[in-house]
Amino acid sequence: MENAWYTISVYSENNVGLLNRISGIFLKRHINIESLNVSKSEIDNVSKFTIVVFTTPNWVYNIVGQIEKQIEVIKVFSHTDEETIYQESALFKVASHLLFDEREIQNIIKDTNAQIVTVSREFFVISKSGRRSEIDTLYDLLKPFGIMQFVRSGRIAVSKAEMQISLLLKGY
Amino acid sequence: MRNRLNSTSISPTRISGAEALIHCLLAEGVDLIYGYPGGAIMPVYDELFKFQDQLTHILTRHEQGATHAAQGYARVSGRVGVAIATSGPGATNLVTGLADAQIDSTPMVCITGQVSRHLLGTDAFQETDIIGISTPVTKWNYQITYAAEIPEIMAKAFYIAKSGRPGPVLIDITKNAQFELLDFTYTPCTYIRSYKAVPKHSRESIEAAAKIINSAKKPFIIFGQGVILSQAESIFKAFVEKSGIPAAWTILGLSALETAHPLNVGMVGMHGNYGPNMLTNQCDVLIAVGMRFDDRVTGNLATYAKQAQVIHIEIDPAEVDKNVKATVAIVGDAKASLTDLLPLIEKNTHENWLQEFKTYYKEEYKTVIEGDLFPTKPGLTMGEVIRILNEKSENKAVIVTDVGQHQMIACRYAHFTQTKSNITSGGLGTMGFALPAAIGAKMGAPDREVVAIIGDGGYQMTIQELGTIFQNKTAVKILVLNNGHLGMVRQWQELFFESRYASTVMCNPNFVKIAQGYDITAESVSERHNLEEAIAKMIAHKGPYFLEVCVENEHNVFPMIATGASVSEIRLK
Repeated sequence: MENAWYTISVYSENNVGLLNRISGIFLKRHINIESLNVSKSEIDNVSKFTIVVFTTPNWVYNIVGQIEKQIEVIKVFSHTDEETIYQESALFKVASHLLFDEREIQNIIKDTNAQIVTVSREFFVISKSGRRSEIDTLYDLLKPFGIMQFVRSGRIAVSKAEMQISLLLKGY
Repeated sequence: MRNRLNSTSISPTRISGAEALIHCLLAEGVDLIYGYPGGAIMPVYDELFKFQDQLTHILTRHEQGATHAAQGYARVSGRVGVAIATSGPGATNLVTGLADAQIDSTPMVCITGQVSRHLLGTDAFQETDIIGISTPVTKWNYQITYAAEIPEIMAKAFYIAKSGRPGPVLIDITKNAQFELLDFTYTPCTYIRSYKAVPKHSRESIEAAAKIINSAKKPFIIFGQGVILSQAESIFKAFVEKSGIPAAWTILGLSALETAHPLNVGMVGMHGNYGPNMLTNQCDVLIAVGMRFDDRVTGNLATYAKQAQVIHIEIDPAEVDKNVKATVAIVGDAKASLTDLLPLIEKNTHENWLQEFKTYYKEEYKTVIEGDLFPTKPGLTMGEVIRILNEKSENKAVIVTDVGQHQMIACRYAHFTQTKSNITSGGLGTMGFALPAAIGAKMGAPDREVVAIIGDGGYQMTIQELGTIFQNKTAVKILVLNNGHLGMVRQWQELFFESRYASTVMCNPNFVKIAQGYDITAESVSERHNLEEAIAKMIAHKGPYFLEVCVENEHNVFPMIATGASVSEIRLK
């Protein structure tokens, strides 16, 4: 079966060691986690892991089952890219003088819908949220001018279909 | 001091974490634990000393032995086995037992000491990250760093270990938490919101399965340990008898249905019986009960039971469709599922179909079994040893096996009349399992005959547990089948590596003298005419007993499905 991108959403208790337990399931199958984000969820005291992997549908099915059976995991969903609205965020740190010396940078920021979050004497910081390809485009555009620092977040995603966690929690 | 507190008392009493731990164990009905002391667990051992009239601690000779003993105890009794160790090496020595219990679904709680909270992460003496290390091989684990956590966490530990699909839990307790005081009250755990121990099977799945089963022409049942773990033996037998469906077992399902049952057609898998393997690929309906389609059972999945509609009764949703796609999955407890399924099953017989199993059996008997059980050539076979053991123990013994040729032969030929009688390391294949597991089994079922059947290789992996037998006078019968080789690996070398016996020849010590050194009555036989009497003597003996049988060195276990081959490519020679 063909490999594809999958976003795995894990709703869990917020406990020490759970990340290790979950990542171990990927390790066991020698699968690289392409992106990982942990945050609070729409339910009080319930955490949400958003994990992106590139693998077969069969393995995603198995992995979802194996994560879900961990004691502190409430529910796991997997979605293809088409089934989710997803974004990543990136920060670019660029030398301040470029903003004034290289007019083109201002156009790049405008054209890519990026934002300047801070400007100081030495550097300014551009933030960009969107699909990875959009962030990559901005990266490629800024690269020739010199990027002092770059960081990109893990994917965050919401599903187009409902994830009925509250209902599920009531059922337990 | 000792009895000042009822372990389930409601009003809080201020006690140390170490004492609280003992009360938790008592509240869970634990009266026997296995372990090995050390620095970071000493406060708990001090309390064990005070509570020794209520809680027996068996000092094994290695922490791995403690885990396997706890497993043997759990498997024979259905109760949670408990093992306890210190931090660092004590903790890491538990890992094999944890992994074994995890893959074979054995309820076990392991408790480890840990360095004090303020030393965590500093590479303190005997500090090791046992939570990190044990995570992949535990159903759950937790590090207690405050005494106040102890009651709740211990209650959770036991609930998780024994409920649903059972498994091992490790609780790591820092030394400060053992010393600190807490207000102790104990409430058993019955609910964890993120953990659904037993999924409720759907009515639709039961009805769909019944429909398929009732119209099947060549149905076939494979049963695993799920039947034993859910205590479904009687209802399962009723299901087999009413439906008239031939039933075969996985190595962990063995003894759930008596060997002599007319519908018990033998073992599936790599060294299983000819008929069950061949006919897996001819049945029209395959009913899997409490088993997980391990690769040693299925061989090549691409050619496994492709013609059949598969009904999978399974408590763990993660096992459904993992290896074999189910036509109908009944996700729930085996006993509850079978109880609902049975009334919908029409009474039936499948005589012609059953005859096909018998025909294959005849061929297997002629080619393999007869020579194994009634050899005419010189050189003792493992098979004849098991045959005589069956006779002398009247098919009533608990058989604890290690891993390798003797294990396959014992499982193939041992006769069982009672459930929970076959204890072996199935999934992990842990050499060294049998001797300590037999100690636990004997303590878990003191009125039963417990025979550990072990190869000369595996025996030497945990041979130090003879010390535990010696100290406790545990009446385990140790039957070492000595072929001077790591026999199963040697067999593979012969078959697949052109007989290059790389590191499989064993230079063995005098096992009889070693046993005698531990004051265990011991004998060695190598002649056929002495065998029967030697086994009879072993069974008749009241205390621990050691019997070495020197068997033929280069005997191979057949039938065999080579790795990657299809079940229908099973070889008889």
